[in-house]
Amino acid sequence: MLARLEAVEKSFGEGEAAVRVLAGVTLDVDAGARVAITGESGSGKSTLLHLLGLLDAPESGRVLIEGQDMARAGDERRAKVRRAKIGLVFQQFNLVPSLTVAANLALQARLADRYDADWTARLADRLGLSQLMARFPEQLSGGQQQRVAIGRALSARPALLLADEPTGNLDETTSETVSDLLIELAGETGAALVVVTHSERLASRMQTRLTLSRGALT
Amino acid sequence: MTWRVFLTLASHWRRHAGQFATLLAGLALAVGLWTSVQAINAEARASYDTASAALGGAGAQRYQAADGATIPLATYAALRRAGWAASPVVEGELAVDARTYAVTGIDSLTAPGSGGDLGGGLGGGLGGDGSGGDNGDGALALAFLTAPGVILAAPETASALQGAAGLPRVETSAQVAPGVLLTDIAAAQRLLGMEGRLSAILIDPARQGLVPLSQLVPGLVQAGGSGDVARLTNSFHLNLTAFGFLSFAVGLFIVYAAIGLAFEQRRASLRTLRALGAPLRSVILALVAEALLLALTAGLAGVALGYGVASALLPDVAATLRGLYGAELGGALSVRPGWIVSGLAIAVIGALGATAQSVRRAAAMGLLASAQPRAWARASTRRLGLQAGAGAALIAVGLITPNFADGIVAGFILLGGLLLGAALLLAPALSLILAGLQRSVSGAAADWFLADTRQQLPSLALALMALMLALAANLGVGTMVGSFRATFTGWLDQRLAAEVYVTAGDEAQAAQLRVFLEAEADAVLPIWDTERDLLGAPGNIFGVADHATYRDNWPLLTALPGAWDALAAGEGVMVNEQLWRRERLRLGELFPVPGGPDLQIVAVYSDYGNPKGQIMVGLDLLTGLYPDVSRLRYAVRTQQPDALMAAILARFELPRAGLVDQQSIKQFSLSVFERTFAVTGALNVLTLGVAAFAMFASLTTLATMRLPQLAPVWALGMTRRTLAQLELARAAALAALTFAAALPTGLALAWALLAVVNVEAFGWRLPVHVFPLDWLRLFGLALLAGLLAAALPARRLALRPPHAFLAVFAQER
Repeated sequence: MLARLEAVEKSFGEGEAAVRVLAGVTLDVDAGARVAITGESGSGKSTLLHLLGLLDAPESGRVLIEGQDMARAGDERRAKVRRAKIGLVFQQFNLVPSLTVAANLALQARLADRYDADWTARLADRLGLSQLMARFPEQLSGGQQQRVAIGRALSARPALLLADEPTGNLDETTSETVSDLLIELAGETGAALVVVTHSERLASRMQTRLTLSRGALT
Repeated sequence: MTWRVFLTLASHWRRHAGQFATLLAGLALAVGLWTSVQAINAEARASYDTASAALGGAGAQRYQAADGATIPLATYAALRRAGWAASPVVEGELAVDARTYAVTGIDSLTAPGSGGDLGGGLGGGLGGDGSGGDNGDGALALAFLTAPGVILAAPETASALQGAAGLPRVETSAQVAPGVLLTDIAAAQRLLGMEGRLSAILIDPARQGLVPLSQLVPGLVQAGGSGDVARLTNSFHLNLTAFGFLSFAVGLFIVYAAIGLAFEQRRASLRTLRALGAPLRSVILALVAEALLLALTAGLAGVALGYGVASALLPDVAATLRGLYGAELGGALSVRPGWIVSGLAIAVIGALGATAQSVRRAAAMGLLASAQPRAWARASTRRLGLQAGAGAALIAVGLITPNFADGIVAGFILLGGLLLGAALLLAPALSLILAGLQRSVSGAAADWFLADTRQQLPSLALALMALMLALAANLGVGTMVGSFRATFTGWLDQRLAAEVYVTAGDEAQAAQLRVFLEAEADAVLPIWDTERDLLGAPGNIFGVADHATYRDNWPLLTALPGAWDALAAGEGVMVNEQLWRRERLRLGELFPVPGGPDLQIVAVYSDYGNPKGQIMVGLDLLTGLYPDVSRLRYAVRTQQPDALMAAILARFELPRAGLVDQQSIKQFSLSVFERTFAVTGALNVLTLGVAAFAMFASLTTLATMRLPQLAPVWALGMTRRTLAQLELARAAALAALTFAAALPTGLALAWALLAVVNVEAFGWRLPVHVFPLDWLRLFGLALLAGLLAAALPARRLALRPPHAFLAVFAQER
């Protein structure tokens, strides 16, 4: 088993306004798995992904990555695991605006000290970015930016690829293209893919589909 | 890891080179103004040290007469016969070609560090600059010791003395301070007319087994010596430092604002880096490294700039110190490690301080926090409240401190509290005003304009604070200088009531002049004085003739009834304001006249520009107590000054500048006055320039972040031209409101300077005058600064193509 959320709980707000979005949720992700998490807006899907991606910590429960419990780990340890083993694709792309496409693509790999120029070049080619390497994010379309984000996430060959609404800001045609690339490249690299999505089409292409509702995962 | 994070953060500056340039320029300007003041102060202190080192060596102490009189040569002989290591010193002032020089005469055979040291010094003076064409150390040393003697002077002083008549040969020496003429004691006695008399004796008191000094020479006391100059000028240098620090603080606002804005612009990138696995430690290290690199680069540029500014200001500072304190400063600025290190250090401190806020925000920033304008606005509101509280507290501390502490430091705490407190109150005050206006206006455009301005306020706050500080400093110092000028002009008219002032070349000529003038003029009023220690500090005693010129004109601040009668009868003494305040004297109190009786203080008179204490006694009392007082100078009343001056010149060969009319003296005094404040005036203008640059830097940087705020309004129908005009109007409005805040602050600053700081620093108090035309001028400058700062961003906005606005919506989909 690659990653596991075990009985995690997470709330937001304080006192009477507190909302429990995750109530004892357990999720297992095996190596190479394809998992879709769906649910209504505000159901806690992104929160669940953030816990899995070590971007946030649960109030209780365990977060295991390759058997190591990271729920209470310090910032340095979490950052180390995140950059070496986890790739993140966000809805808002979150590229660094002052870096070129080439630099953005290589960023996570360089942070993890795992930069491979050949691999990055192949990724760029597969993602159709080879002619855009010298451009800056503001000069790209939404779809192009998301492809850069996917390439960045895969540049360090992560074991776990997490995508939070990867097609949320894209039109239908571009969404299809991006979805195809995401699934293909994850498969080629052997990374487990966990996708949070509203898209029925994307969700239907995953091996496992889970729904988060009222704090519980079904 | 950290290197990769650093490169990613630094890439922001590559794409925003203009923003980086303003950041560098802001810090360099701030460091430059600070360094310039430090360089000037260091140059002055080095000159004082050189002057002080000319006399004295390890163990030698300076002794002079307890009553401040000269010391008979027999006293020195007694010390030598008793076995004490003693060396005589003669000091005085010599007028040469309308300039006054400090003459110091030493006995090179007995002076501390003499023999090898002094001989080496003379040789060094020759060998180092090769001047004089002398054959070597020995010839110069011999010429120094034998009549007519040799004068050693700093190169610039020697150059000024070229061609002067009546002086021994002048040789240059780097070991002599500018404005000082160092010569053998016999030559000095001849030049100063002090044959058989000494000014002081240097004694090494550590010798054991001798008759104690207190028994042998009871009339001698240990004195301060040349350290008096350093002490007298301390306040001036402290003032300069305070102004330099104000300029630095204003410039630092630019840095703080630019670094803060850069953090906001890079917030998303920072969050991305953290999300991708960059640990917080690496992010903080990268931010600190960036700040250090910035500091060193800007610091070096600032130090170079400071050298240039200091070199430009040094002549005016030298003139001020010479005119006010008689202290001499060389004309050229030396490069000294002290102020270079100081400049770099303050650049590092400033940059790190400005970065600390970014570091704190980065540490507190969650990996998942998104930019929520409303939440950010709520936090800003809370912050404004805290800021207002801090500002009020600082003003209170500033106002309270002088009630519990004395001295110039208390004065500066008052100034600092007022200025900083007012600066912190500015943004909350502006926010309240804008909120009030928003409630009262109708119309969507006006409502949006005010709401948008309120949202921009936190980003512009630092630049506006810098502008307010600079305006307040201009207003305050300008009011102070203007008040001083208005008072000084009137005071000069009172003090310089006589039409002609004449100085004889020697006592014999003076006697002849008196006879001539008594026949030709309406009144001949002696200007005789002697230097004495007054209550433990250097001072002057003036003798005043009993004449209507003084009774009708002399500026008395307060007086007992019959003060002039008591003075004339030798039963009272008048003291100057500086002495009165320094010693907390009271009218009617008894004052110990050196070497004479204790006399009642009958009046206090204003004495602007004099750093020393001074008293006036009746002329008869002066000559009775000090028969050797110089009787060379006279004020002459006449209704035909031109004719009288011509007659004097025809009959007497007076020294140059021995005859001058009232208008010339007034003009000279006013020119010294103007040069005194030329330095602060220059710093004022530079500080205002720095503040205007701060606004420009902030607005230019903000312009790059404004598009998402402006695009919706544009889409609703407001043209780019209108938006640009509103940007200009906003900048002008904010500048105008900032001026409105600066005006009361500046007036409070003026009051603090006149009523507290100047009194502590210089010993006199001036009435506050107001100058509304100056306010108008500064208001115009403030508006101009605002408009110029917004001009470029507004123009760019007006010319921005529609697709740039549309891209905002594409990215928000």
